Amino acid sequence: MSEPLLQVRDLVIEYLLDQGSFVAVDRVSFEIGRGEIFGLAGESGCGKSTIAYAITRLPRPPAWIRQGEIRFDGTDLMTLDEPALRRLRWRRIGMVFQSAMNSLNPLLRIERQFFDVLHRHTGCSRAEGRAKAEAMLRLVGIDPRRVGDYPHQFSGGMRQRLVIAICLALEPDLIIMDEPTTALDVVVQREILQQICELQERLGFSVLFITHDLHLMSQFCDRIAVMLTGRIVEQGPVDQITRAPLHDYTRRLWEAIPRLPAAAGVGTEAVRERMPS
Amino acid sequence: MTAPPLLELDGVGMRFGAGDHMVTALRDVSFRLQPGRAIALVGESGCGKTTCARLIAGLYRPTAGQVRFRGRDVTGQAGRAGELAYRRAVQMIFQDPFASLNPVFNIAHHLSRPVKLHGHAAGARAVEARVAELLRWVGLDPDITAIKYPHQLSGGQRQRVNIARALAVEPEILVADEPTSMLDVSIRLDILRLLAETKAARGLAMLYITHDIATAAHVAEEVVVMFAGQMVEWGDAAAVTGAPQHPYTRLLLSAVPDPDVRLRGQGSRAFQARAEAIRAASRTASDEILALGPNHFMRAVPELLLQ
Repeated sequence: MSEPLLQVRDLVIEYLLDQGSFVAVDRVSFEIGRGEIFGLAGESGCGKSTIAYAITRLPRPPAWIRQGEIRFDGTDLMTLDEPALRRLRWRRIGMVFQSAMNSLNPLLRIERQFFDVLHRHTGCSRAEGRAKAEAMLRLVGIDPRRVGDYPHQFSGGMRQRLVIAICLALEPDLIIMDEPTTALDVVVQREILQQICELQERLGFSVLFITHDLHLMSQFCDRIAVMLTGRIVEQGPVDQITRAPLHDYTRRLWEAIPRLPAAAGVGTEAVRERMPS
Repeated sequence: MTAPPLLELDGVGMRFGAGDHMVTALRDVSFRLQPGRAIALVGESGCGKTTCARLIAGLYRPTAGQVRFRGRDVTGQAGRAGELAYRRAVQMIFQDPFASLNPVFNIAHHLSRPVKLHGHAAGARAVEARVAELLRWVGLDPDITAIKYPHQLSGGQRQRVNIARALAVEPEILVADEPTSMLDVSIRLDILRLLAETKAARGLAMLYITHDIATAAHVAEEVVVMFAGQMVEWGDAAAVTGAPQHPYTRLLLSAVPDPDVRLRGQGSRAFQARAEAIRAASRTASDEILALGPNHFMRAVPELLLQ
């Protein structure tokens, strides 16, 4: 029980180029405890999504995992074959991506999309699938009578919640969320994240939360790792990252976030450096 | 407020569809753009912000009210010459810096086209000098950037090129529709500073459209909060973001990520119920407008939501 759910050690992921390769993830190590919400922060291109794909062993070519160890609940994922991985994905490791709301099939009713996932992994019947879908909709705050609707009949925030509901239907141990709310406005973002927190407390899953928004991450996570060009430059409990960041890059990331100022007019506050004429 | 408005929206309404499928995208929207000042239009997706931008750009004609440029109606009665002059005066910057540049042309081409077409420089050398000047203004080195193609630039650099492209036309009004929402957090502030500085230095009237109320006051002197096609609260940026009165504005501000507020252990039903009640109340059409200060207004809502 004391063993972490996920252990990543010395992970190196490269993108093969025509000549040589580009190291996207460079000797990254972290752990996610059971029931923990762990955040991976950094700018786009720093390698955080590459890690998310690696954990599900889905790195898209030309990316490949050159070295490292990914242990999930005691099993080394690097040694598993494809059928074993298929049983693991969704069932034990769920994924919600940035444009997840667009990953619903527009031609299928919501009920059917639940059934596809549930039937494949649990072999449930049509009626069981429908009952589960209704229960999951209720869980994420959507009227269960709408299981017969099509994706386009829901708003963006609701579609994102539907994807989270499908993901939770299999009761995974770990959910990877890669910028799950970036396309949504702040009110809907808050609604969804609070809901995930509440569900987490009830169901006890762990979360790997990936975003570039440090403010949001500090609200949501227990521990945070900050990445820069493929490396983790700082890792620690949320209070350390928010109140006493050790690394200069973390500090710069904080300063760069537009805050709510009391008064207007940033133009006068700092004179931009000009290129020499 | 003494200078005559450059652009004025007066009671603008916009409906799409017909019969049973009528959607009211905008209802009674009025604001004025002044030279050297910016208005931020804030709201969730689907609230009508972009419809406003498209009306100002002349891509739609309003179904009610008027859009006036220097006091003259531009909604279809201005004639071809008037329309051309208007289009030259209004330039847009779009959300997606990746889709708004042509991948087969280099940056110099993107910038020299508007300079030539609008007759702002004659002769190859003058055009080149003008392009270099524009690139320097947006913080890019012309010797390096001019010959590059869009795919060789980062998102932030591309958005700088888009700003330079808009400025090449020498517009009087700049409409920036979510110019930073597809950029990394770490470079958003730089682009916002560039916009604020450009507005001030060139005396541009700017409409800054965003769903991120935290960035509004970085660019704009005035803020308009929209919900479901109506302006719900508007006025001086400091008043609207510092002392919000409308429940939707308060909701929006309370949802801005604050690192000191932890979400765990709070429960979600209370926030969700409140958000839903406020949205339902703000959605109803209302014509009662309350003045809260010299330049601070809100649309009336049922009393029970006010505290």
